[in-house]
Amino acid sequence: MFSRAYRAVISLPPLLWVTAFLLVPYFLMLCYSFWSVSQAQTIVHSWNFANYRQLVTVDVYWQTLLRSMWIAARVMLLSLLLGYPLAYFLSFRAKARKDLYYQLVIIPLWVSYLVRAYAWKTILGSDGVLNTLLQYFHLTSHPLDFLLYSPFAVVLTLTHIYTPFTFLPIYASLEHIPRNLVEASYDLGASPAQTFWRVVLPLSIPGVLAGATFAFVLSLGDFLAPLLLGGASGIMISNIVVSLFGAAYNWPLGAAISFCMLVLVMSLLFVSERWEKKWSFS
Amino acid sequence: MELLMSGAAGKQSRWLSVHALLVFGFLYLPIAVLIVYSFNGAGVGGFPPRDLTLDWYRTLFADGAIWESVGNSLLVAACAVLIALGLGIPAALALDRAQFPGKAVFRRLVLLPLILPGIITGLSLLMLFNEAQIKLSLLTIILGHGTALISVATTEVFAGLQKLDRAQEEASLDLGANYWQTFWRVTLPNLKLSILGAALLIFTLSMDEIAVSFFLIGRSNTLPLEIWGRLRRGITPEINAISSIIFVFSLAAIVLWYRLRKAEGAPEVAAELIDTVV
Repeated sequence: MFSRAYRAVISLPPLLWVTAFLLVPYFLMLCYSFWSVSQAQTIVHSWNFANYRQLVTVDVYWQTLLRSMWIAARVMLLSLLLGYPLAYFLSFRAKARKDLYYQLVIIPLWVSYLVRAYAWKTILGSDGVLNTLLQYFHLTSHPLDFLLYSPFAVVLTLTHIYTPFTFLPIYASLEHIPRNLVEASYDLGASPAQTFWRVVLPLSIPGVLAGATFAFVLSLGDFLAPLLLGGASGIMISNIVVSLFGAAYNWPLGAAISFCMLVLVMSLLFVSERWEKKWSFS
Repeated sequence: MELLMSGAAGKQSRWLSVHALLVFGFLYLPIAVLIVYSFNGAGVGGFPPRDLTLDWYRTLFADGAIWESVGNSLLVAACAVLIALGLGIPAALALDRAQFPGKAVFRRLVLLPLILPGIITGLSLLMLFNEAQIKLSLLTIILGHGTALISVATTEVFAGLQKLDRAQEEASLDLGANYWQTFWRVTLPNLKLSILGAALLIFTLSMDEIAVSFFLIGRSNTLPLEIWGRLRRGITPEINAISSIIFVFSLAAIVLWYRLRKAEGAPEVAAELIDTVV
């Protein structure tokens, strides 16, 4: 029913824009990663693998990448532990209050990232709310210094930020489970625990995978929480990239790291999508 | 089923309620602390809060640099909405009703900035602007936000299109209206709620955005970057004050957005947004 001209008019502008501002920049990132910086601090457009060689041979790069993945993995796990039971509670137990609770979960999701990271900083600092509260009640005699400027602070803050992200797809998948399947399980004599492990959980795996991917990927690339709360021990891979694009002035090396991150993220998305398809029942 | 579920299920229910309460506590604790300490005369930390005061709000309202950055952010957000909708609406239409080679790739590409860490979107655009010798300014931030948020416009409008009765458009075309008239008089009015919802979401996200802006900033700061600059210089409850105000506005925007989505009959809101990405 739609003419050729109509279809061209609706497809071409977004197609061209996305090519110019997404596809070309990603490609440019790849190009940069093969270039280098001269003594005079200009970018030399000669092609070589030196940057990628550095990534493998210089310990700090791959070690920081591994540490970032470890931080991201902890954030993912904690977000699932907080988000899944919450989603289950909303979907199966909350009844009339469901709508209100749902809004309560999504509100923090859209409250400024920076505002929330900053709030944690004021809570965790050595003169912060938590430390002075502990001292006020004489639970500790001096400030606990592992709270701020540590990987702990980064994991805590990122978990706070990504728990609602993890919650959403899990909740959606739980809501899609036909209730008569659950009832059938009870009717056939299964206990609530058996029903959960054999019926509900398997059917919600696609949501779990989507939520986990979100939490892992977004925290892996984060650089603001580590800058604000991480201190020297909480540095993540993106912080290295930021400094390479700033003071350290080595864009090509920074581009090489970013491109590796891009490839890593895309492969994770690909794998997670394959698994989701395998587990989806409809 | 209710009957069968008593006993073990009752215990499960209690445990789940306690867990839910704790998670809500965890989600809202920082926000509560933030707001309480914006009235705290004695600084950003320190328990218990003391010397309740409105001084930080007074300082804030007299702070020219903050309000200049608010103006910049409003401008950026408004332009980002225009760009994202201007391209997201046709993109959603194209995904819904056009066939072209590379459509699957196009869909992924449009949605990618939603799931990609902001640093990758920001840096790749920085390199583009550098190669094209475009100086960094609010314009580059606008282009960055606009491009990244096409994803939001596309998913929201695409969801609206799924509920649109195509017979209406067919009728319009049969009755002699051309495509242009049909688009303005039938398609667009039917998508009103989706578009409004998308605009609200894009506006809020752009106002708060920092990871992409971080790399594309010129001389004039957006609000989050202005706050970021101050965080690195030492903090006062003035930051709590501006953050509390941001919170109130985000809250209003989100509740309004939720109502719109409800009115449209799509209760599972952001979930499908995430569903379509991953």
